[in-house]
Amino acid sequence: MKLLKLVPDDTNIRFLKWRVPFFAVSILLIAASWALVATKGLNYGVDFAGGLEVRATFTESTQAPIAELRNDVEALGYGSPVVQRFGEDNQVSIRVRLPDEVSADKEAAQEAANDIVRTLQTEYDDFRLDGNDNVSGKVSGEFRQTALYALLAAMAAIALYIWIRFEWQFGVGALFALFHDVSLTLGMFALFQLEFSLQIIAAILAIIGYSLNDTIVIYDRIRENLKKYRKMELPALLDLSVNETLARTVMTSLTLFVALLPLLLYGPASLFGMVAAITLGLFVGTYSSVYSAAPILVWLGVTSDSFVPTETVADQQEKKARGLV
Amino acid sequence: MLDFPTWRKIWLWLITALCVGAALPSLLSATSVRWPDVLPQPMVNLGLDLAGGSHILLEADAAQVESQRLENMEENVRNIMRRAEPRIRIGDVSTRDGRLSFMLDDPSEVDRARELLLPSINGTRLVREWDLAVEDGSRMILTPTSDGLDQAVSDAMESATEVVRKRIDELGTREPTIIRQGDTRIVVQVPGLQDPDQLKALLGQTAKLEFKLVDQNALPSDVQQGLAPPGSEIFPYAETSDFAGSSLAVRRLGGIRGDNLTGAQQSFDPQTNEPVVNIQFDSDGGRRFAKLTTDNVGKPFAIILDGQVLSAPNINEPIRGGSAQISGGFSVETANQLAISLRSGALPVDLAVIEERTVGPDLGADSIRRGMLAMAVGSVMVVILMIATYGRFGVYATAALGINIAMLLGIMAALNTTLTLPGIAGFVLTIGAAVDANVLINERIREERKRGRRVIAAVENGYNEASRAIYDANITNFIAGVLLFLFGSGPVRGFAVVLIIGLFTSVFTALTLTRMWVAGYLRKAKPKDIVL
Repeated sequence: MKLLKLVPDDTNIRFLKWRVPFFAVSILLIAASWALVATKGLNYGVDFAGGLEVRATFTESTQAPIAELRNDVEALGYGSPVVQRFGEDNQVSIRVRLPDEVSADKEAAQEAANDIVRTLQTEYDDFRLDGNDNVSGKVSGEFRQTALYALLAAMAAIALYIWIRFEWQFGVGALFALFHDVSLTLGMFALFQLEFSLQIIAAILAIIGYSLNDTIVIYDRIRENLKKYRKMELPALLDLSVNETLARTVMTSLTLFVALLPLLLYGPASLFGMVAAITLGLFVGTYSSVYSAAPILVWLGVTSDSFVPTETVADQQEKKARGLV
Repeated sequence: MLDFPTWRKIWLWLITALCVGAALPSLLSATSVRWPDVLPQPMVNLGLDLAGGSHILLEADAAQVESQRLENMEENVRNIMRRAEPRIRIGDVSTRDGRLSFMLDDPSEVDRARELLLPSINGTRLVREWDLAVEDGSRMILTPTSDGLDQAVSDAMESATEVVRKRIDELGTREPTIIRQGDTRIVVQVPGLQDPDQLKALLGQTAKLEFKLVDQNALPSDVQQGLAPPGSEIFPYAETSDFAGSSLAVRRLGGIRGDNLTGAQQSFDPQTNEPVVNIQFDSDGGRRFAKLTTDNVGKPFAIILDGQVLSAPNINEPIRGGSAQISGGFSVETANQLAISLRSGALPVDLAVIEERTVGPDLGADSIRRGMLAMAVGSVMVVILMIATYGRFGVYATAALGINIAMLLGIMAALNTTLTLPGIAGFVLTIGAAVDANVLINERIREERKRGRRVIAAVENGYNEASRAIYDANITNFIAGVLLFLFGSGPVRGFAVVLIIGLFTSVFTALTLTRMWVAGYLRKAKPKDIVL
């Protein structure tokens, strides 16, 4: 039986040759992402913005009355809602960010939530309440804070681990790659105004973990090659390492992708944002491992000596005793 | 590499069998096959986002505990001074700035007053509850200690949790989860609830019932402006009462509270047929209620619920039977709800819903169905890819993947963890990433063969050289997973749990089990060349 080979034997792509332009593109993308986050902002869901989200199915209709719903909820005077299709054509999500004075008062916020649901239930006969999330301003503030801490702590802890297991240059490279992945994911969410919720934070943390798999595999090979080919130029050695691990990089990204694809296309609507973020992170992460994590090592001056133990006094004495020096 | 002693094989298979076995009850529960009752029944719980149900986060108002405590102490101080032999005369008691202060009419009685207050100040616990200071010779100042306050909040939360539990039990919901969280919060999780509004209304009702005498001397114009005469306070009428929109002045002291009830039922007024709540006092409460009504025949008294006047009837005759009827424009539903709240006792502190998440059972079932299907299709695609690329070695990886998923489910069941909707994404992610270890190993073996190593040496090198990166990658994933678990809440935690357990089962199956199988194959078949 002839087996499938995604990457032909003896592939030798000179990735590092284009390291400066590609790296410039990376920096540019990071800057663009943050500019998008700053200007368009993230479309915070109820987790982070507080307020009310109602998910419902219109069991007897083929199409949910989105425009009418928007008017009905707006008429209640809690501000204009975001009404979107959610899953099937007859399913919607209605998100209302309550006015500040309402959300500050816990009881008023609760009353507003009940009011909205009750109104819709009486207005539409085939309204089936599938679920609702109702988050007070206080809780959403806490969520924002813990989410930020979680991201920062994860990046710091992982960079530290890489530094301990490899060398400081590798820690910096991995950290930059992570920063790149997180930034681009945030940028995408700002660009497409996808709902940004706690699940997306979970997705980003998962991306951080899996993007690092690629980085580590390449770094591990670089370390091995640094010990093996003491005289090789660093860019060439990095190219060799990336090429040697390329088959694995492609294959792993592909298995992850085919596993996620059905969930992305057919999975529950509530998971779409999360799975989309992970899938996106998969590509961004693979790219950053090859084009950010590796080239940084050139600029940070990694040498073969990084992994050869320095001679101790005892070693020198032993050499002397043997008459080698 | 080829050397796999029998004891080690037995050991590995035993671990595998145990973990996979633990998954069986959960898997069988979806079919009609029954798992024997005599065996242990580890089960994976379904999160509320999959099973349907309500998650409600309640927060108590700690400042209210503080002011309530101050109020109680004020009454306590007055009683102590009045009952002292001989009586100690004191001036007005001030409760400003969160502390209690009062003047003794006779400064020489400071020491006696201090002596009498000591038991209340020291409390019955290890922490001192109040600090006592004397200013200008005759002004006594009681300041709550922060330890005492913390203790009071903690006590209030404990009994509030108990009250919440009783009320939910009254609704007859099955298996509610009620946990205290942090200093002032309570998490309530109720699976498969049909009417979350009812639950929220029930939990939001403090049910603090008070009977206070109406201050008949207060000027109506002052009362409507919110100006209370000395010794009185003003309460608004409840929205459901006949006088909604107006207020009433009542005497601050001398009333009684409805916290010592033995029963409360919804009923109908025989004359008006209006829904009412009948309450029964315990012997102590009944005695006090009888005294209040006997002493004040002909005067009106206000029935106050959670700071709102329900009604203010005249006391026509002393009520000595220890029971009373409360009316106030109730519907059958609100009367019933009040009866439940009163039966389960008043909440010692107001609770407000600060987060609520409800998922209907239909949506949850749909999520599971879609999630399972997506997982199955994804797995099949991974399997095809692996076998097409690595042949026999892909089959080993596939077998390892199957065992991996079963073990993951089994360990989750054994640890009694909860599968949430993001947890399903965690499963899919684990399926896609678990084979990474095999990809690494197999690619390495290919490389080693290309360099001309013999089969056994190539396989051995493949496993050894790949292990390093596999461990490093899994440890960093583990770090991210643990942080996710620590910072995450509810459903997101469910995702972290799957990822973390999945890392362990992946390393075990993809590295250890496949190694055992490959070793067995090489030893038996002794192939000169391997297709890879």
